[in-house]
Amino acid sequence: MTLTSISVRNLLRRRGKAVFILAGLVTGIATAVGIFTFVETVTEDINHKMEQYGANILIVPRTENLALSYGGLSLGGVSFEMEEIKESELAKVHTIKNASNIAALGPMVLGVVSVGEKRVMLAGVDFKASGILKPWWHIDGVFPKTSGAVLGAEAARVLNLSVVDSLGIGGHDLPITGILQPTGSQDDHLIFTSLSDAQQILRKTGRISMVEVAALCKDCPVDDMVGQIGNVLPGARVMAIQQVVRSRMEMLMQFKKFAYGVSAALLFTGGLVVLVTMMGSVRERTEEIGIFRAIGFRRAHIMRIIFMEAGIISGLAGVIGSFLGAASAGAAMALFGGGHGWHIPLSQTTIFGAILLSLLVGLTASAYPAALASRMDPNEALRAL
Amino acid sequence: MSNIQAENLVKSFGNGEAAVLAVSGMSFHISTGEFIGIMGESGAGKSTLLGMLGAMNAPTSGRLMVDGIDIYGLKNEKRADFRREYLGFVFQGFHLIPYLTVLENVMLPLAVCSGSRKEKRGMAIEALSKMGLSDKADRLPGEISGGEKERVAVARAIVNEPPVLLADEPTGSLDSRNSRDIMSIFRKLNSSGITIVMVTHSEECARYAERILYVADGKLVGDQPGPKVCQN
Repeated sequence: MTLTSISVRNLLRRRGKAVFILAGLVTGIATAVGIFTFVETVTEDINHKMEQYGANILIVPRTENLALSYGGLSLGGVSFEMEEIKESELAKVHTIKNASNIAALGPMVLGVVSVGEKRVMLAGVDFKASGILKPWWHIDGVFPKTSGAVLGAEAARVLNLSVVDSLGIGGHDLPITGILQPTGSQDDHLIFTSLSDAQQILRKTGRISMVEVAALCKDCPVDDMVGQIGNVLPGARVMAIQQVVRSRMEMLMQFKKFAYGVSAALLFTGGLVVLVTMMGSVRERTEEIGIFRAIGFRRAHIMRIIFMEAGIISGLAGVIGSFLGAASAGAAMALFGGGHGWHIPLSQTTIFGAILLSLLVGLTASAYPAALASRMDPNEALRAL
Repeated sequence: MSNIQAENLVKSFGNGEAAVLAVSGMSFHISTGEFIGIMGESGAGKSTLLGMLGAMNAPTSGRLMVDGIDIYGLKNEKRADFRREYLGFVFQGFHLIPYLTVLENVMLPLAVCSGSRKEKRGMAIEALSKMGLSDKADRLPGEISGGEKERVAVARAIVNEPPVLLADEPTGSLDSRNSRDIMSIFRKLNSSGITIVMVTHSEECARYAERILYVADGKLVGDQPGPKVCQN
């Protein structure tokens, strides 16, 4: 016979009350876990989409000139005639605190060249980084390994060039190794070549017009990275491409606040259920507690019995609540998540978190009944019968 | 050792003119190994006195010394330890825990004592054997008779071998045969050296005590040797 076995036996005897407390706590925990899991899954989904999006940070020279646009995204004050970023300074970007979150860094030099009678924008890029920065690029042909050019679909049509042709620009003869499939962006109008070739053609050796950065923002806020890059490149303007993603995130934050509020209210209600039921249970057990105290149980022993009972139910509620919550989140994802099906995103952290939360609510709500029980005078308790 | 010295014990309930004096200046000494009966009319203050002797009911004034220790000078938790180590209680009306088996009820005082589970179980089985209830160990209190319940209550009271046994109307709910059985058990326990203080209405039971304290209106009105049936 131990204090734990007394608690267990009492719970088994008063099953109805135990189940009632369990139900109250499970409701609160399942709701909290369900909402938390749903919100986290949606956030992860948005982060994933953001990473798939390609570049999500732009570094452009600081300027007061008119802004141009690129790919439908604001480039800020990009201007060909202005003083551009020094290529040698780019290494500093890899020294920022969240450098490990940088998936790709794509320096780009821009300029206008003449091809025959037509003026075309030439972009010098790092083709290797472009694979990450522009995942939507599909090419007929290949990217040039050494010297060569890739044409945007519209540029190839207007200039009437194909993969078998070569391009003569500023005294350089560049073989066309590929044509980009239409992207619907301004890329369709450009000629792409390697960064070094473009710098030579445009006479901008060691200079960069802009830099695209793909940041893995699952574990870090993109705004923090923008600030960190801005600190190491004070002469440049650093911007996050957020737009739709940002608005979705803001909506999600609003939803998060509301959902966490609902969870807190339900957990509070669960706590009240525990409090009221435990109070009733303590009053019902006046005789028993009087006997315990009379035969030498300390106040702490009585509290341990009550807390053990609350702990057992709360722990169980945590486990059941985490599974139920995850299942309901899975159902919600299936309904609103768009093709996620019945995937139940339940992690060990969620289960442990739910158990801890449940224990916190259950034990806190049991503190007063436990104190009340422990303060029971044995003589009064036995005389009251 | 269990020398008990009550010094001018007073217990009143309520305040001012509404105050009721349940125990009024009782002083007496109980030596180790005595079998004391406390007798008196209902409301005389017997149970209040027993509660005070049981370290459960602090006197309004006066002192209770056990082996030189001022019991009500102890802090609450130390008094609980004293009850566990020094006293065994047999309550009026059994007071067994209904959802624990007979064996578990007997093991209850040991739940907060040190020792292995096996050792505690052994002590409980031994106490039950003394009461002739070994075969009822796995029954629930609801499944045994009134006499057996009383014996389980006695087994629970002596399982940790306390030097003092306090009993409040131990035969109050029993027929004469079961009452005699219980008193025989008390007699044996007293012979083994346990000090017994028993509150009773029953003249028959009081005959087993070697000394009887008579209580009336909260006062000790008599302190006489009993007929010592146990020794005859």
